[in-house]
Amino acid sequence: MSPAGRPVLELRGVTKAFGELEVLRGIDLEVHEHEAVALIGASGSGKSTLLRCIDLLEEIDDGDIFLDGEVITDPSVDAVSVRRRLGLVFQAYNLFPHLNVLDNVLLGLVQGHGMGRAEAERRARELLARFGLAGREGDDPDRLSGGQQQRVAIARAFATRPRALLLDEVTSALDPELVGEVLQAVRDLKVEGVTMVLATHEMSFAREVADRVCFLHEGRIVESGPAEKILSAPERPETQRFLRRLLEAGRA
Amino acid sequence: MSSLRHLSALTLAVLVALFAVACGDDGDDADVGAEETTAAVSAEDCTPEKLETVKPGVLTVATDSPAYPPYFIDDDPTNGKGFESAVAYAIAEKLGFAREDVEWTVVPFNASFAPGPKDFDFDVNQISITPKRAKQVDFSSPYYVANQAVVALKDSPVANASSLEELKDTKFGVQIGTTSLDAVEQVIQPSQEPSVFDNSNDVVTALKQEQVEAVVVDVPTAFYLTAVQVPKGKIVGQFSAPGGDEWGALLEKGSPLTDCVSWAIDSLRESGELAEIEREWISEKANAPVLE
Amino acid sequence: MAEAGSKSLEPGRDRRSERAAARRARALRGGAVAAVSSVVFLGGIAALILTSPGWPLVRDSFFDAEVFADSFPGIAKAFWLDVRVFLIVEVVVLVLGLIVALLRTVRAPALFPLRLLATVYVDVFRGIPVVLLVYMVGFGVPALALGETADGSRPLSWLPTEPVVLGGIALALSYGAYVAEVYRAGLNSVHRGQRDAALALGLTEAQALRHVIIPQAVRRVGPPLLNDFIALQKDVALIAIIGVTGEAFREAQIESSRIFDYTPLVAAALLYLLVTIPLARLLDRWERGRARN
Repeated sequence: MSPAGRPVLELRGVTKAFGELEVLRGIDLEVHEHEAVALIGASGSGKSTLLRCIDLLEEIDDGDIFLDGEVITDPSVDAVSVRRRLGLVFQAYNLFPHLNVLDNVLLGLVQGHGMGRAEAERRARELLARFGLAGREGDDPDRLSGGQQQRVAIARAFATRPRALLLDEVTSALDPELVGEVLQAVRDLKVEGVTMVLATHEMSFAREVADRVCFLHEGRIVESGPAEKILSAPERPETQRFLRRLLEAGRA
Repeated sequence: MSSLRHLSALTLAVLVALFAVACGDDGDDADVGAEETTAAVSAEDCTPEKLETVKPGVLTVATDSPAYPPYFIDDDPTNGKGFESAVAYAIAEKLGFAREDVEWTVVPFNASFAPGPKDFDFDVNQISITPKRAKQVDFSSPYYVANQAVVALKDSPVANASSLEELKDTKFGVQIGTTSLDAVEQVIQPSQEPSVFDNSNDVVTALKQEQVEAVVVDVPTAFYLTAVQVPKGKIVGQFSAPGGDEWGALLEKGSPLTDCVSWAIDSLRESGELAEIEREWISEKANAPVLE
Repeated sequence: MAEAGSKSLEPGRDRRSERAAARRARALRGGAVAAVSSVVFLGGIAALILTSPGWPLVRDSFFDAEVFADSFPGIAKAFWLDVRVFLIVEVVVLVLGLIVALLRTVRAPALFPLRLLATVYVDVFRGIPVVLLVYMVGFGVPALALGETADGSRPLSWLPTEPVVLGGIALALSYGAYVAEVYRAGLNSVHRGQRDAALALGLTEAQALRHVIIPQAVRRVGPPLLNDFIALQKDVALIAIIGVTGEAFREAQIESSRIFDYTPLVAAALLYLLVTIPLARLLDRWERGRARN
C-alpha cells in the first residue's frame, strides 16, 4: 500500500537498444495504485520491451525504474526480489507443459515465495475457480483452449499478489471468440483494484479496462491521457494516424 | 487386427525356421581333419614349378604385424633375421625358391584361420598345433617345441618361486590366442583368473606397471622380454605346456602345399639346420630353471 | 439424394459394418501381401546365401551348432559382467553429462573456468575414439600410479588400477561427453519463454533450471539418450583389451582363437542383441508416443 500520491511504478528516461536498434528512447511513466494503464502502439513500438524491462527481464541502457519509490534498476539490487513483487502475463501464455494446471499456479507460490503447500493450494484453487477453471486443476495445459490457458497464466501471475500486474498483449494470440473470457478475467481484476500495465492491440479492451492510455511511437510516449479521450479524440497526428489505420483494419 | 498379428507371427516363424536350417552342425564331417598321414613326397615333387602357390613362382609367407622378437627382428620379416623369419627362408630354400622369390604379407592372427581361400601359402606366427584347430586349417610338421616360462619383476614376491605350487595365488597376465592361457589354467591352476591381453606389448606393459604379478609367455619370448623390454624382470622358471606345445606353419585347409612344407621342415630337422637356426636365435633354452 | 452411380440405400443395410468389414478385408489383404513379399524377399536372400559355394565354409566357421552349444554357457556367464558395467557406467554418464551440460549453459561469470573446462572436456572426449581412450586410461593410469618420487614414495598410488574400473572410467568419460551435448541441445531447445515465465514468477535462475527447464529438457532428450545407451552397451566389449577377465567378448575371443572357429563370437553377438533389440523397440515406442503429442 503506497502512501497517497507516490506512484507504484515510475519510469524516468528509460532507454533500451538492441545493438543498433533503439527500441526505447526515453520513457517517462507513472502508474499509481489501483490504476490500469494501457500501452498502445504499432508492432515493434516497444510495448513488450518496456514491460520486460520493468520486470527486469531486460537490462535498460539508461534511466531509472522505481517500484514503490525504490530504484530497481541499480545493479546492486536483487532482481529476484523485485520480480517477486511483480507479475507478468505473456502473449504466448508460457505455461509449464510438464506441470498440470494447479502446479503451474503453485510453482511461484511455493518456490518463489516459500509459501506452505496447503495454503498455496487453497489460494490457487480459489483463484482458478474464480476465473472459471474449477475442475481443470489436474489437466495438462495442452488440453485447455487458448482462452483457458491464458486465464491460468493470469491466475498464476496474480496468485503472488504482485504490486503491479504486467499484461503483455494477452489476447493477441487468441481466436476472437476466446478473447471475451480473458477480457472478463482482466475486468475482474480491475474491479478488485489491481494495479496494471497492459500492452494491447485491442482498443475496445483498452477502452473498457484502462484508466489511462499511453501511445508509444518510435520509442517514446507521444501522447497520454484518459482512455476515452485518447481513443476518440487524439491530439497528436501520430496518434491519429495510428488509430485511423487500426480503424481501417477493423480493430478499433 | 489380430489376423494381421497372426500373419506377422507366421512370417517370423518361417524366417526363423529358415535360419535354423541354415545353422548346421558338422557332425557328418568328423573325418575332415583326420588326414594326419602325409603322402610321401620328395624333392622332385616340391619345386617352384610343381607347387601350386598363390602366385606362380613366388612363395608368399604370412605373419602378423608388428612382428615381435626373437621371431622377427625390427618388424621386418624380409631381413631373414629372427627365428621364424630364418625358418621361413630355410623352408623356401628347401623348396627351391630363391630368396628374392619370397614375398611377405601381413595377416592378423584372428584372420589367419578365417574360412575360405587364403592369399598366402603358409603362415608362421608362433601358432600352436592342436587337434581342434587342425579341423579348420592345415598344419605343417612342427618346427619348434615351446615351453612356457613365468616372468616376474625382480622385486616381486613370486620372483623366487621354485615350484608351481608357490604360484597358485598369483595374478597372471597372458596373451590371447597363445597356449599360455591354457598352460596357466591347466598346469598352475591359479586361484584368480588371469588377465588376457591383445598382444605381447600389452602383456609387457601390464607386467611393468604391476597390473599383473607375473606373466606367462613362451620361453623364447621370455628371454627377449627380460633381456630387452623389461630389464627389471627375471625368468622365474619354465614348464611344459599341457600335451607339449608344438608350433607349425598354418596353411589353408586341404592345401596342396602342406605335404611339401612338412617335408621341407622334416628335412631341415634331419639335417640339423633347424637346430642351428634355433641355437642362433633362441639360445639359452636350457638356462631357465624348470618348475614343477 | 442419390447421385449418379451410387447405390440407393436399401432398408436394413448397415453401412457402418460394411465399411468396417471392407477395412478388415483390406488390412488382411495388405497383411497377406506383406507376409508373402517378406518370405519371398528374405527367403530369396537366404536361398542365395545358403546355396552359394562358400556357404558350407562360412557355416562351419561362424554357425557351428556344436561349438555354439559348447561355448554359449561360459560366454553367457561372462556377459553378466558386461551388463553390470553398462548399468553402472550409464548412471555415471547420465549424471556427468548433465553436470557438464549445465556448466556449459549457465552464464554466471564466476563459473567461467569450469565452463571452459567443460567445453574442452566435450571437444576432447568426443574426438578421441573410445577404443583409444580405453587403452590410454587402462594403461596410462597404472603407469601414473606407479610414478615414484626421489625418496621412493608413490604419491599417486591411490589411483585405481583395476582394469574393470579403468575401463568403466574411460567409457564414462567418452559417453559423458556425448550425453552432455545431447542434454545441451535439450536445454537449448526449451523455449526461452519458459525461463522468462519462471523468472517472472520470482524464481531464481537455479530454481528455474531445476523446476522448469531441466524437467522439460530431460523429457525431450529421452530418445537420443536411449540411443547413446544402446551404443554404450556395445562399447562395453572394449574393456576386454586392457585385460578385464570374465567379460563376454573376451571369453568369446579366447575360445575362438583356441579352436580357430568364430562361432563363439556369434554367440556373444547374440547376447548383445538380446539386450539391445528390446531397448531399440522401447526407443521406437517412446518416440512414437512423443510424436503423437
